Amino acid sequence: MANKIPRVPVREQDPTRRATNFEEVCYGYNADEAALEASRCLNCRVARCVAKCPVNVNIPGFIHAVAEGDLATAAAIIAADSTLPSVCGRVCPQESQCEGNCVLGIKGEPVAIGKLERYVGDWAIEHADETPVEVPERNGKRVAVVGSGPAGLACASDLAKAGYEVKIFEALHEVGGVLVYGIPEFRLPKERIVAREVEALKRLGVEIETDVVIGRTLTIDDLLDREGYDAVFIGSGAGLPRFMGIEGENLNGVFSANEFLTRANLMHAYDESYDTPIYAGRKVVVVGGGNVAMDAVRTAKRLGAESVIVYRRSEAELPARVEEVHHAKQEGIEFRMLTNPVRVLGDERGWVRGVECVEMELGEPDESGRRSPVVKEGSNFEIDCDVVIMALGTSPNPLIKHTTKGLDTTRRGCIVADENGVTSRPGVFAGGDAVTGAATVILAMGAGRKAAAAIDTYLNKKDDATNV
Amino acid sequence: MFEIVSKRTLAPRVVEMKVKAPRVAESARPGQFVIVRTDPKGERIPLTICDYDADEGTVTIVTQEVGYSSGKINSLETDDCFADFAGPLGCPSDLLELTPEQLKAKKILFVAGGVGTAPVYPQVKWLKEQGVEADVIIGAKTKDMFTYVDEMKRVGRVHLCTDDGSEGYHGMVTGLMEKLINEDGRQFDHCVIIGPMIMMKFAALTTKKYNIPTVVSLNALMVDGTGMCGACRVTVDGETRFTCVEGPEFDGHKVDFDEAMRRQNMYRDNKKTHPETQNCKCNG
Repeated sequence: MANKIPRVPVREQDPTRRATNFEEVCYGYNADEAALEASRCLNCRVARCVAKCPVNVNIPGFIHAVAEGDLATAAAIIAADSTLPSVCGRVCPQESQCEGNCVLGIKGEPVAIGKLERYVGDWAIEHADETPVEVPERNGKRVAVVGSGPAGLACASDLAKAGYEVKIFEALHEVGGVLVYGIPEFRLPKERIVAREVEALKRLGVEIETDVVIGRTLTIDDLLDREGYDAVFIGSGAGLPRFMGIEGENLNGVFSANEFLTRANLMHAYDESYDTPIYAGRKVVVVGGGNVAMDAVRTAKRLGAESVIVYRRSEAELPARVEEVHHAKQEGIEFRMLTNPVRVLGDERGWVRGVECVEMELGEPDESGRRSPVVKEGSNFEIDCDVVIMALGTSPNPLIKHTTKGLDTTRRGCIVADENGVTSRPGVFAGGDAVTGAATVILAMGAGRKAAAAIDTYLNKKDDATNV
Repeated sequence: MFEIVSKRTLAPRVVEMKVKAPRVAESARPGQFVIVRTDPKGERIPLTICDYDADEGTVTIVTQEVGYSSGKINSLETDDCFADFAGPLGCPSDLLELTPEQLKAKKILFVAGGVGTAPVYPQVKWLKEQGVEADVIIGAKTKDMFTYVDEMKRVGRVHLCTDDGSEGYHGMVTGLMEKLINEDGRQFDHCVIIGPMIMMKFAALTTKKYNIPTVVSLNALMVDGTGMCGACRVTVDGETRFTCVEGPEFDGHKVDFDEAMRRQNMYRDNKKTHPETQNCKCNG
């Protein structure tokens, strides 16, 4: 009668308190809670959850091990398919992936797969020192990985385990890519989780060099020719922030979500002991409805500003994780749906004083299948604010495209790669947001792993060819 | 960690440092910049590359102390290290795309204001190596504030001016530009202006009057410097451009300087008041 147990609630930091600090919102399960929640899993013969997982983690398998209290086995089962469970457990959109397809969810509440994954991932991190690391014998071949985000970390990990000498080149001063500059501390702790994942990679023998901007400091060709790498994986991430192209967007007080979050997360601007400034003003309007918009608006709230989300579709279409929207509302974020800015208003000093918006209504479905928003004529109104943050996604960074001959890119500037990360340049592989445009951590991680397998195949073939 | 191999004071509060950064030195080209961080709690500060030596593996930067973080940079001593020194960033100068013949046919004028002189130097030096001697106007408030004059004299034809008349032409760079063109009958068909935003604005207005194609190097606010944050956006010819990946050099006749100056002051009143974030490149 396992399915009669209600979903075990997860302990969280009190909303009024957490809206003033940057500590993690969710405390996660303890051992008893995890075991109880795990016991709810029906262990379906045809596991619908697995089918919806972008990397097809053996979900019933690891959950069964949690129920048995065998966390080492649970960790090993996840590790067969996923490199970053403590991260994915926290940031995956479970409601549209595994949990969204859980049988229990049809009549009641799905198994808390994400929370259980996080529990196992955190356990593995805490017990990393107890399990001896097997550094495989080196096969004499070297692979360069560009970018230390989820795609690069996953690719490097698999290659190191397969015996390759791997070096990651990171443009910024911290390792982790979007995990450190993008996702806030209150959703993904940097020291406790991200840094530990990176440590694990270093124990596998992966080298990491920061402050190297590929496309500037070194080119892809430099890596292959001058630095002597046998193959390169590009996991350079998304890139240039998009703006709306409306009047007033360059006023003082208009920021991209990337800038606002990079100041807060990478540069620790919210911490008085760090030098980088951040400006959240008195009232912040964040434009957009994705996870980045939620991260920005909740960061602004924590910096003391009254914070509002403005989104042109309705709540049902919000692309953000349901949990983030729920948390944001608990923290007192105002949501203004079916609203779109048409102009940012400035004062005589050139600073933001408000944003002029129009009301929208949902019309016919567009190519994405979502009903497209249509302007209600004459519905213009103003929202008074002193900061506007644009969270509208990104376009690919041009640095590698412009400096790598023979590397095909799409019209939008994304690197062209097949499902295994194979690009138009022999020996050059790519995956993650650099290929797909802004997507999720788990998709990037999956792409990094597929590319690692493809690199292994490619280099073995190359070996065979030279040995003939 | 990136070691400071030498340090010297060029003028009051203006310091030149040679930093061991072999990868940057190997790839650096005139017109590009670096992002430095003094320590793990420091800001990422963009500074124009003033010289580089691939054999030595060093890159030279010049920093004017105008606030907290630039003061922190200038307080480092020889043998100290920068926590981070990333680059070269931005696009190299457009002049590098021209053939030696095209370059020799050009009459190029550089206009340098304040510590903008140091970032002009690698361009003039590079031209000299191509067999082209350019004219260089160097302006300063007073003669004690001149930097890189001797170095510049070795590679270009230098014309000095001071606001107070203590050395060279008495007046601003715009006055000296007018003098060279009108009184001395000099003709120029390309101008590169690097210095404080206000000086670049007026110098570009002057060259516009004489229809001289003009390039300016913008010292916008930046966080990552690699195209991620958009803090450095400027309006050029009515379009938003990112200084860090599309610049730092833009058509001086098309830059919206008033907006650029306003945006530079964005963090002036912030509680972490670090005025150098408004003038964060050494040409500020």
